[in-house]
Amino acid sequence: MNKIISYAAASLLFVSIFTACKQEKKLPFYGERHAEVVKDAAGVEKIDTVYQTIPNWAFLNQDSVLTTNKATDGKIYVADFFFTSCTTICPTMHRNLMTVYNDFKSNPDVMFVSHTIDFKYDKPSALKKYAKKLGVDGPKWQFLYGTKDSVYTLAEKNYLVAVGEDSTAKDGYIHQGYLVLIDKDRRIRGAYDGTKEDQVEQLKKDIPVLLAEYKK
Amino acid sequence: MRKYIINSIFLFAVIAIIVSCQNQETIDLQNYMSNGKDIYKSRCQNCHGENGEGLGELAPPLTDSVFLKTNKNRLACFIKNGANETLVIHGKEYKEKMPAFPELADIDVAQVMVYITNSFGNKQGFVPYTEVSKQLQNCK
Repeated sequence: MNKIISYAAASLLFVSIFTACKQEKKLPFYGERHAEVVKDAAGVEKIDTVYQTIPNWAFLNQDSVLTTNKATDGKIYVADFFFTSCTTICPTMHRNLMTVYNDFKSNPDVMFVSHTIDFKYDKPSALKKYAKKLGVDGPKWQFLYGTKDSVYTLAEKNYLVAVGEDSTAKDGYIHQGYLVLIDKDRRIRGAYDGTKEDQVEQLKKDIPVLLAEYKK
Repeated sequence: MRKYIINSIFLFAVIAIIVSCQNQETIDLQNYMSNGKDIYKSRCQNCHGENGEGLGELAPPLTDSVFLKTNKNRLACFIKNGANETLVIHGKEYKEKMPAFPELADIDVAQVMVYITNSFGNKQGFVPYTEVSKQLQNCK
C-alpha cells in the first residue's frame, strides 16, 4: 500500500515538473546589449536590458519612392542583402524567400525588405524589373536602393551581415545570404541562411512565434 | 550437326557483342548522369531549380522538351558561353542574360547537358563528349 502511494506521488511530481516547464516560447535577441536604468509607469526606477536596434533609414524603393523606416514601423520584417545581377547565392535566397512571402502574403503585420549592394547598376528601375520578374508586386516586399556607404554600414553595423565589393568574385560583390528577422521594436530576433531550405523552414515557424509575442 | 553448333556459337557471339555494346552506352549514360547531376547542383540549380523549374521570369525552366530538341546543337554553347538573347520557352519570352561557365571542360559540359536532357521529364538519350567538343568549336 505504501509502495502504491509513493509511486503515485512520484508520478504526480513528474507530471507537475513537466507541465511547469512548458512556458511560452520566445525568440532570442541578437547583437549588442547593455543595462540601463529606466523608470516604469509608476515612476519606480529599475534596471532593464536594452538591445541593439535598427536605426532610422531612408532609401529609394523599386518605384523610385523615398521609403523610410516608417514603412516597417510597428511590423515585423525580414531583411536581406542581394543584387540583381548576382548568379551565385541570390537566386536561391530569393527562391526560398518567395515561399515565405507567399505564406505570409495576407498578413499585414509582416513585411520583406531587400537591400541591393550593387550601388552602380541596381537603380530603382533595375530593381523594379527584377521584382516583376521574380513575381513580386506591391509594397509588401520593398527592394531598396541606397549609396554604398549607407547600405554597407547598415548591413554590417546594424543587421550584422557581411557585404563587400570584391573584384576577384565572379559577379564583383560578396555577401552573406542571411535573412534577418526584425521585431516590431526594431530588434534582431533571428538570422537564417537563405540558401538552406531547413533554415528557411525554421524562419516560417519563427514568424508566428514572434507575432504571438505581441498578442496580449 | 557440327555446322549447326558452329552457326549457333557465331550467332551467340554476334548477339553478345551487340548486347555488350549497348551496355557500354548504358554505362556511359549512367556515368554522365551522375557526374552531370553534381555539376548541375553546383552551377545550375541556384537559378534553374532543383527540378528544372526555373525562377519566375529571371531564369527559364529546363522542362521544354521541344525547345531542347530543336536547339540541341546549341545547348553545349549555352552552357559554356552563356546566353544573351531572347529565348522563347514554353511560349514565354526570357530576356535575362545567362552567365558563362568558361571553367567547364568539354567533358563537364557534355555530362551536364546529358543530365539536363534526360531529367525533368526530358528523354533525349546519350551524347558522347566528342560530339559535344565538335559543337563547342562551332559556337557562334
